[in-house]
Amino acid sequence: MSGGEGTIVQFDNVGLRYGTEREVLSDVSFALYPGSFYFLTGASGAGKTSLLKLLYLAQRPSRGVIRMFGTDVITLPRQALPAFRRRIGVVFQDFRLVPHLSAFDNVALPLRVSGVPESEIRKPVADMLDWVGLEQRHDARPATLSGGEQQRVAIARAVIGRPEILVADEPTGNVDPDLALKLLRLFEALNRLGTTVVVATHDVHLLKKVPDSLIMRLDRGRLADPTGALRYPPRREVS
Amino acid sequence: MSKLPSPLRRNAPRFGGGDRAGIMQQSRLAGPMPWVIGIMMALTVIAAGAGLALRNLAQNARAEIAGGVTLQILEGGPAERARQAEVAVALLSNREDVAEVRRVPDAEIEALLEPWLGAQDVPEEDAIAVPALIDVRLVGPVTPRRLDELRAALAGSVPSARIDAQASWLAPVFDAIRSLQWLTLGLVTLLAATTAAAVWLAARSALGSNRDTVEIIHLLGGTDGQIARLFQRSIGLDAALGGFAGLLLGLATLALLGRQFARLGSGMIAGGSFGLTDWAVLAALPLLGMVLAMLTARLTVLAALRRML
Ligand SMILES: Nc1ncnc2c1ncn2[C@@H]1O[C@H](COP(=O)(O)OP(=O)(O)OP(=O)(O)O)[C@@H](O)[C@H]1O
Ligand SMILES: [Mg+2]
Repeated sequence: MSGGEGTIVQFDNVGLRYGTEREVLSDVSFALYPGSFYFLTGASGAGKTSLLKLLYLAQRPSRGVIRMFGTDVITLPRQALPAFRRRIGVVFQDFRLVPHLSAFDNVALPLRVSGVPESEIRKPVADMLDWVGLEQRHDARPATLSGGEQQRVAIARAVIGRPEILVADEPTGNVDPDLALKLLRLFEALNRLGTTVVVATHDVHLLKKVPDSLIMRLDRGRLADPTGALRYPPRREVS
Repeated sequence: MSKLPSPLRRNAPRFGGGDRAGIMQQSRLAGPMPWVIGIMMALTVIAAGAGLALRNLAQNARAEIAGGVTLQILEGGPAERARQAEVAVALLSNREDVAEVRRVPDAEIEALLEPWLGAQDVPEEDAIAVPALIDVRLVGPVTPRRLDELRAALAGSVPSARIDAQASWLAPVFDAIRSLQWLTLGLVTLLAATTAAAVWLAARSALGSNRDTVEIIHLLGGTDGQIARLFQRSIGLDAALGGFAGLLLGLATLALLGRQFARLGSGMIAGGSFGLTDWAVLAALPLLGMVLAMLTARLTVLAALRRML
């Protein structure tokens, strides 16, 4: 299996079924290149979240091969997973904020998990919260935040550690178009710093806002690849 | 468009591989834990204190009677009894291997027996015959061979003598003390096991009610060890709190019991009082309890986490 050079993520004939039900993902093969910006679209129930779960290592596939950062992550022992997960930032579709922690502590969580000293946490976290427009709500518990505010906390938490891959599941579903655009700019900025970005969204308007983005479309668990840019083994030359 | 947030500008903290974490202080175990640990600790301190007191008591008593031999003269006639007693005292006093000889005065024996026999203010011929008692302390420990030597030496001139090591008299008492010591050890072990079981239950329920948080921390790259440490730390705090309170309660109880036993004025029971090391052992119990609780919590949490992805 050559041809993996230069890719940061490779799916090869991946299938996923929950329990004994039918496959929700079938024959999914694609490659992601470091520093690229990807949108993942598809109807509700097409399997976007399921694919992203494989990507952020919350789920193991039923079949196929997944390589990330040049390593086969399917056969990886449990105790090797945390090191990989720390290289991936995730905006969950349901936010998954820790309910008893303040917005500040939620955003600080990835840094603390990574052992960043407390003195190096305060300012970046505060800056990040300010930037997403939550300067007044640093100490607020998630339950006291609006849906859009929670979403912004979730995004701040996902990008705070400047991950190598950012996976965002409907990250703008709860905010107005202006804010959605602003958050998209945040992802782009992160992308320019070298992060590979994968954003799942229904919002077709969003797709046009990032000129260099590549689009992956899921149709009932199968990957449509109209441009061929995602095909695996990759057609694109590695320069 | 506002300026980018600082983490995306420069000098943003990079992920280190460090394993320290100050997350999720809220994983505190349910409220009753310090109470449970406190009560267990108080009972443990009392049981361990009793065990130590029994050990000291046995040791002191044993040291006291180590060279002790009792010589009885079982002779009905008071005159003959007195004569043989005198001969025995004289004989024993001249022996090199005897450190001390003391004829227990008859008055003392009568006083000892009075509760059982009643005051013996009857004519001497009607009185119940009481043996003459001679306390002998040998140089060095008593062995069956040395007892035989003594018997042989006395056999000719003191025919009514009966010689016993004092330890053999007290053997049933020592057996009883040893059984009690085993009992206290058993109690301490049971209490430790019960505490571990309580911590196991509490850790599992804490893990259950924090399942979502645990999952989030896993997804953010937290390790099982980091998560276990959070629970460990919170049970450690509970154990420290409860353990200290339990220690105080247990020590207060022991002090009270000690004072009551001291009032009995018995030499043997006074031998059970605590030395410095005994207090140190008791004071170390809460620390041991804390280690036990934290270890149990850690193993419980790690075992449960292994079943998650
Ligand atoms: N944990 C699960 N157990 C069983 N079935 C599941 C589970 N999660 C998702 N599914 C099923 O898998 C299919 C794909 O779900 P998925 O959440 O990936 O869709 P999606 O594209 O993200 O949808 P949406 O746009 O509504 O978020 C759906 O049919 C869903 O019912
Ligand atoms: Mg979804």
